[in-house]
Amino acid sequence: MAFTNEQLERYSRHIILKDVGVKGQKKLLEGKVLIIGAGGLGAPAAMYLAAAGVGTIGIADADNVDLSNLQRQVIHTTPDIGKPKVESAKETMQAINPDVNVITYKEFIYSSNIMDIIRDYDFVLDGTDNFPAKFLINDACVMAKIPFCHAGIIRFEGQLMTWVPESDVPCYRCVFKEPPPKDAVPTCRQAGVIGAMAGIIGCLQAMEAIKYLTGAGELLTGKLLIYDALTNDFRKAKIPKDRNCGVCSDNPSITKLIDYEQAACELKK
Amino acid sequence: MKITVSGKEKEYSEGITIKQLIEAENVENPLYVTVTLNDEFIQSSEIETAVIKDGDSIEFLYFMGGGC
Repeated sequence: MAFTNEQLERYSRHIILKDVGVKGQKKLLEGKVLIIGAGGLGAPAAMYLAAAGVGTIGIADADNVDLSNLQRQVIHTTPDIGKPKVESAKETMQAINPDVNVITYKEFIYSSNIMDIIRDYDFVLDGTDNFPAKFLINDACVMAKIPFCHAGIIRFEGQLMTWVPESDVPCYRCVFKEPPPKDAVPTCRQAGVIGAMAGIIGCLQAMEAIKYLTGAGELLTGKLLIYDALTNDFRKAKIPKDRNCGVCSDNPSITKLIDYEQAACELKK
Repeated sequence: MKITVSGKEKEYSEGITIKQLIEAENVENPLYVTVTLNDEFIQSSEIETAVIKDGDSIEFLYFMGGGC
């Protein structure tokens, strides 16, 4: 693939980087990243990945844009209220960079559709807002051996962790065995979240995808990055592999995807 | 004794258990927190009995479900 003059200019700040270069930019243009959730985390991730020239970006969400989304979901604007989020996201991404092929999935993920959706992608970003979806994405990606980046945000805090299909790398289920019971742990709808938190953590997810595609640096595997905005602490907690993990161990007890009961922001109104 | 709790050095008296530390640190939703002691998971069955020693490092890993 030869770059056009316009592409050389558009991606010049990437190409000049020793760890990216023409080769890395080519990998980005050939890369396929799926973003599940076109909300707080998905919005900045989708915008930066589109700007970066990730060639194919899938975006999955069944919701429509709501006024209460706009405090943090910067990919959508006030005139987008009422529009499907995936459509609004696609318009913004293509306005940022027409090089990008955006594939929309106007659906929530379940055990019945997730394998078909993730199958064709190199890397998955979890930008969902509920534990059933987070466990489903973990399990599906582990079973399909597709690398992914988990993230969660609430109030002034965020967390992030990447999984790749290598034997020593712990998955989300190594850390958290199963979803908490409904309403046991507050959601961001109940507890609130600073909009910029979604920006910071969503951008870190985009960075993980870019590092994965280009091969630059180290991925956030075997560690949970924890950000506390109130104290300005960015920490990495070391995460061991659970040799008895239900899904990523040598003898997994979970071999079928599970649809846990929904307890999310989605159930609003 | 000096121990490290979620990256911060703290002073606690000898013989404290993980459960007592959870109470002392006012850990939110303690039933749904994953604990590591020196980078190894503590099973929920060990929380009451596991005793923390000088120099140990403890992490509390919280569920964060938001993304919306």
